[in-house]
Amino acid sequence: MSQDVLRVDGLHVQVGELELLTDVDLTVQRGERVGLIGESGSGKSLTALSIMGLLPEALEPRGSITVTGEGGRHTQVVGAAERDLAAMRGRDVTMVFQEPMTALNPTMRVGDQVAEVMRIHRTVPDRRAAAARAVELLDKVGLPDPAEAARAYPHQLSGGQRQRVVVAIALANDPALLICDEPTTALDVTVQALVLDLVVRGVEARDAGMLFITHDLAVVASVCERVLVMYGGRVVEAGAVHDVFTRPRHRYTRGLIGASDLDLTREDGRLYTIQGSVPSAGRFPAGCVFRNRCTHATTLCEGLPPWDGAGPEDGFACHHPVVVKP
Amino acid sequence: MTASSDRPAIRLQGVTREFRRQRTSLVTPAPVVHALRGVTLDIARGERFGIVGESGCGKSTLLRIIAGLDQPTAGVVEVEGTDISRLPERRLGFLREQLQLVFQDPMGSLDPRMKVRDIIAEPLVAQGKRDTLPRVLELLEAVGLQAEAADRYPHQFSGGQRQRISIARALAPDPHILVADEPVSALDVSVRAQVLNLIAALVDRLSLTLVFVSHDLSVVRHVCDRVAVMSHGEVVEVGPTDQIYDDPQHPYTRQLVAAAPRLRAALAGRTAADLAADTLAAKETS
Repeated sequence: MSQDVLRVDGLHVQVGELELLTDVDLTVQRGERVGLIGESGSGKSLTALSIMGLLPEALEPRGSITVTGEGGRHTQVVGAAERDLAAMRGRDVTMVFQEPMTALNPTMRVGDQVAEVMRIHRTVPDRRAAAARAVELLDKVGLPDPAEAARAYPHQLSGGQRQRVVVAIALANDPALLICDEPTTALDVTVQALVLDLVVRGVEARDAGMLFITHDLAVVASVCERVLVMYGGRVVEAGAVHDVFTRPRHRYTRGLIGASDLDLTREDGRLYTIQGSVPSAGRFPAGCVFRNRCTHATTLCEGLPPWDGAGPEDGFACHHPVVVKP
Repeated sequence: MTASSDRPAIRLQGVTREFRRQRTSLVTPAPVVHALRGVTLDIARGERFGIVGESGCGKSTLLRIIAGLDQPTAGVVEVEGTDISRLPERRLGFLREQLQLVFQDPMGSLDPRMKVRDIIAEPLVAQGKRDTLPRVLELLEAVGLQAEAADRYPHQFSGGQRQRISIARALAPDPHILVADEPVSALDVSVRAQVLNLIAALVDRLSLTLVFVSHDLSVVRHVCDRVAVMSHGEVVEVGPTDQIYDDPQHPYTRQLVAAAPRLRAALAGRTAADLAADTLAAKETS
């Protein structure tokens, strides 16, 4: 579809013999907010880094990642020259990371850091225009006294304020796609609410697509319309947020929702759990990646469950799905 | 004096802790950080007591003081009837038997060079006990780990298993009070439920007093009977957990409840914009 700002087809990422990501399909359209949820080691951050073309050198991606920016400019990320990737990053695709301290340069005033991304991509005519626009952006992300804040160094700002600066940088060039990787995990809950609102408003105002990565189901449900559930380097289920969270089909999704719902308890007053723990990267079983923790697993699950769904936007891969009562 | 059976497990009266920062100028006095400003609390025996607050609110300082790892600038800290606020380290032996800690980071709190059997036995060895292996095996079973775990090292375990090892170590001296500082914050969601269930089961079985510190009100709501909400070094609200959660009185508590995303509310249509608006509305009433 022409409206896709991101199209990932059959993405694999390997390090040596270990396969870290397997056959990931994913699309994000303009104006669409897509969540990517999973526990540690599920491959969600690796997916984000693959899209940005920021994988460490030892990791080899295969498959196709197409980013479509302003004016229909396509970038084929896998195998692209660093020059083309540099032109894409910070303009067509931008990213907000988890840790706002390490995402900013500690030796540079934050106003200059916001201006820099516009100067590099020449989206403003000159230095003065960039500086003025930087102050304007800092104002838009809700920093009090933006002209003063532009002259501050990152260490002079609180965690929430720093994350606002990172959001300002990410939105400076009106990207077609914003990737957020656990953007509020390091923040206090009252600050989180404000930063989430800020990100959603920024994306909506630009009609940009958003890929939002988190382990927090409640956050994804507050922010996104569609969601993909990852486990063991694979997408195991995808669909509209409301459908996936109220009528999960994959056994893992079902277990994850049960385990994270602290208001729901078993008859003995204890929480629902998933047995065992998340294997380390590359140590997931062959066939269904969840079968060694699944209470419904049979010998059938030693074979790879096929994707049951019309496309990457909606479906699941489970041999023994949760049967929805009509 | 009241009879010892009604004596609270922990009693805090006007606990204040000030930290003097480095001087920034030759002519002005060194700035002072007020980490705790007169905290008064009673935690009853057998109670599951939660302490909730955001980063910098003083909850970790309070916990360190309760555990005898730090001393208050002013105020009284009684654990099982003994004032520990002025006691020197060498007289705190009884406290280590009565009260044990579980920390947030299960990697940082276990010595990577020690075998699990030695980690769990360490509190016993410190008390001069010998032949600790039977007790270690008993503890491993209690926290749901195999006996083989005794001869392995912390890095061979997942985060959830390491937290089980921390819990086993804390229970080794058979304490009456278990203090847990964000024990599930670093864990995956699917493992978090297991560890919360384990803590709840052990607290029941061993009739422990639990002090559970967290930034997450919904976790505290599940685990605790009563909760204290802290902000800027003060306890701003104390009460039964459900009451605090469903009908918060203090503006700060209201803000905390309003800001927390909840899956059911989100699925019913509560967006990030609603979260932010409610948070700001609660803030403005303060």
